[in-house]
Amino acid sequence: MKVAVCINHVPDTETKIKVSSDGVSIDKAGVNFMLSPYDEVAIEEGLKIKEKFKGEVTALSLGGDSHKETLRKALAMGVDKAVLLKDEGVRDSFGVAAGLAAELKSLSPDIILFGKQSIDYDGAQVGTLVAEMLGMPSAAVVVKMDVEDGKVFCEREIEGGHEVVETKLPAAFLAQKGLNEPRYPSLKGIMAAKNKPIEEKPAVAAEIRVETTAMKKPVPKSAGKILGTDKSVVPELIRLLHEEAKVI
Amino acid sequence: MSKVLAFAELRDNKFKKSSFETVKAACGIADRLGVEFAALVIGSGIESVAKELGNYGAARVVAVDEASLATHSNTAYAKIIAEIAKKEGASLVFLPASQMGKDLAPRVGVKVGAGVASDCIALDVVDGNVVGTRPVYAGKGLIDVRVTTAIKVFTLRPNVFTAKPESGTATVEKVSVPLTDTDFGCVVREVKVAEGRPDVTEADIVVSGGRGLKGPEHFHLIEELADVLGGGVGASRAVVDAGWRPHDEQVGQTGKTVSPSMYVACGISGAVQHLAGMSSSKYIVAINKDKDAPIFQVADYGIAGDVFEVLPELTAQLKKTLGK
Ligand SMILES: Cc1cc2nc3c(=O)[nH]c(=O)nc-3n(C[C@H](O)[C@H](O)[C@H](O)COP(=O)(O)OP(=O)(O)OC[C@H]3O[C@@H](n4cnc5c(N)ncnc54)[C@H](O)[C@@H]3O)c2cc1C
Ligand SMILES: Nc1ncnc2c1ncn2[C@@H]1O[C@H](COP(=O)(O)O)[C@@H](O)[C@H]1O
Repeated sequence: MKVAVCINHVPDTETKIKVSSDGVSIDKAGVNFMLSPYDEVAIEEGLKIKEKFKGEVTALSLGGDSHKETLRKALAMGVDKAVLLKDEGVRDSFGVAAGLAAELKSLSPDIILFGKQSIDYDGAQVGTLVAEMLGMPSAAVVVKMDVEDGKVFCEREIEGGHEVVETKLPAAFLAQKGLNEPRYPSLKGIMAAKNKPIEEKPAVAAEIRVETTAMKKPVPKSAGKILGTDKSVVPELIRLLHEEAKVI
Repeated sequence: MSKVLAFAELRDNKFKKSSFETVKAACGIADRLGVEFAALVIGSGIESVAKELGNYGAARVVAVDEASLATHSNTAYAKIIAEIAKKEGASLVFLPASQMGKDLAPRVGVKVGAGVASDCIALDVVDGNVVGTRPVYAGKGLIDVRVTTAIKVFTLRPNVFTAKPESGTATVEKVSVPLTDTDFGCVVREVKVAEGRPDVTEADIVVSGGRGLKGPEHFHLIEELADVLGGGVGASRAVVDAGWRPHDEQVGQTGKTVSPSMYVACGISGAVQHLAGMSSSKYIVAINKDKDAPIFQVADYGIAGDVFEVLPELTAQLKKTLGK
C-alpha cells in the first residue's frame, strides 16, 4: 500500500496575532510554528495503515524552508520519505492544492491523507481540492477508518451524527481528531530522522484565485460584569438574560 | 438568467437552518447587485419542501430530484451544482459552510474554475465586487477576501447570518442532470443520528463544561441545564482528552467553532485555544470559582462561584421561569 500524507506548518495555537506592516498577513516575528494538529492525526493513520499492509508512507509539504521542521517531525514519527515542494511565496488554498496534486499525480498513492483543516487559515479546502483535481473520491472529517482489500469504510462527522461511507481506492481522507491517538516520536525515531533526506523540488506555479485585501484583529469583547460569587445572584442572571440579552 | 445561485442543504428532506441563512444572504447580494437569483435543492422527493425557500426570499428554486440523491454524495452533488451554475450563467455561488457545504465547495470550485472563499461571516459589495470577511487563526484575525475568477464561490458560516422567515412564494423548477455510477465516489451506507440534543455548531444555546466539573459523573449538571434551554452540550479539550466527554463536543481551536446566541462556560478556565472556538458567541455566561480566570475577560455575565452550587440552582430556577 502506497500512502501519502500532506502536512502543513502553522503558527502555534498560543500565538497572539499581530498584523504585519503589509496589512494582509501576520507578523511572523517571534511566532513559533508547529505541525498542524489534524495533520498529526493524518500521519498517525498513515503509519497504522503501513503497519497493517506494509508499503510506504510519504509526507509532503508545500512551502518554504521552514516546512522542513514539520517534515522532520513526520520522519521522526516514522514516515519513510519526506518531500518539500518548495515555494517561499504566498499561495491560496487552490495554489497549494495544485502544487500538491501535480506531485501526487506522479507518486500515484493508493491512499492520500490530509488534516480536515490547517489551523492557520482554517480553509478546510486543500484535501477536497486535491481529490477533485485528481478525480478521486474523498471523505472529510473522518473519525474512523477501516481499510480492506481495495475498499475503505469510514465514519465521518456530520452535524448531529455520523455518516458511514464506503469508497474504493485510490481515495483521499481528511482526518478529524479522535480518528486515532498520534504517537510521540521515539528518541530512536528522532535520531533516525536526522539522517533521512528531505527531497526538495520546486512547486509547480499556480494562479491566485482568492486574494486577501485586508487583515484586521477582531474587536475584542469587553469584559462584562461579575454578578456575584454564589447562587444568590441566579435570579439577577436570569433577569439579565431575559431583559438585557433577550436570549431566553 | 439568474446570476446568483445558492445551494440549500437538505438532511432527511428538511432544510438546515444554515440553508435558510445562506439563501437569504445570497438573495440580499443579488438584490444589491440588481441581478437574478435562484436557489438549488438536491435530493429525492423534495419538490414540496423546496417551496419553503420562498419564505427566505427565493422566488425561483431549481430542484434536482432523483432517488439516487437521497443521501449526500460529494462527487455527484458537486457535479450537479457545477452543471446548474453553468446552465444558469451564475457568477456567484453560495453554499452554507456546513459539513456538507465544506465537502462540496472545493469540488464545485475546481469544476467551474472558481476560487472559493470559505466560512465567511460577513459579505459586502464594493464597486460591484463581493467582498467576504472570514476568520483566520481560529478567529484571532479577520481577513477580507476577494475572489478573482469569473465565477466565485462563497461558503457562509452557520449561525452568523440571520434568517427570519417572511411569507413568500417560490416556483419550483425540476431539472435533471445526467449522472452515472462513476459520479458516486463515496457511497453512504448508514447515517447514525445522535439522539436528542442539537449539535454545538447548530445550537442556539451551548452549555459547556470543563475540568471544574471534577469528573464525568457530574456532567449531568451540564446536560440538565442544556436540556432546560433546548441547547447543545460542549466541552473543553481537557475533559475530552481525559475521556470524560466525546470529542465531537470539543469547542475550541482544535475542536468546533461555535457562534450561538448564548454560550455558558462552566468550570472552564478560558485558555486561548478554548476562546478561539467560542468568543464570537453573542452572549457569554461564565461560572468559575476563580474570579481571575481568563474566561471572565470575554464573559458578558459572570458568577465567580462554585459550579456545584450555582448550576443546580440556575437549572431549577430556569425550569420554573420557562415553565418546564
Ligand atoms: C495545540 C493545542 C490545541 C488545543 N485546543 C483546544 C481546544 O480546541 N479546546 C479547548 O478547550 N482547549 C484546547 N487546548 C487546551 C487548552 O490550552 C486548555 O488546556 C484547556 O482548554 C483547559 O480546559 P479547562 O478549562 O476545562 O481546564 P482548566 O484549565 O484546568 O480549568 C478548570 C477551571 O475550572 C475552575 N474550577 C475548578 N473547580 C471549580 C468549581 N467547583 N466551580 C467552578 N469552577 C471551578 C478552575 O478555576 C479553572 O479555571 C489546546 C491546547 C493545545 C496545546
Ligand atoms: N502547504 C501545505 N502543504 C502540504 N499540505 C497542506 C498544506 N496546506 C494544507 N495542507 C493539507 O490540507 C489540509 C487542509 O488544509 P486547509 O485547506 O488549508 O485548511 C491540511 O490539514 C493538510 O493536510
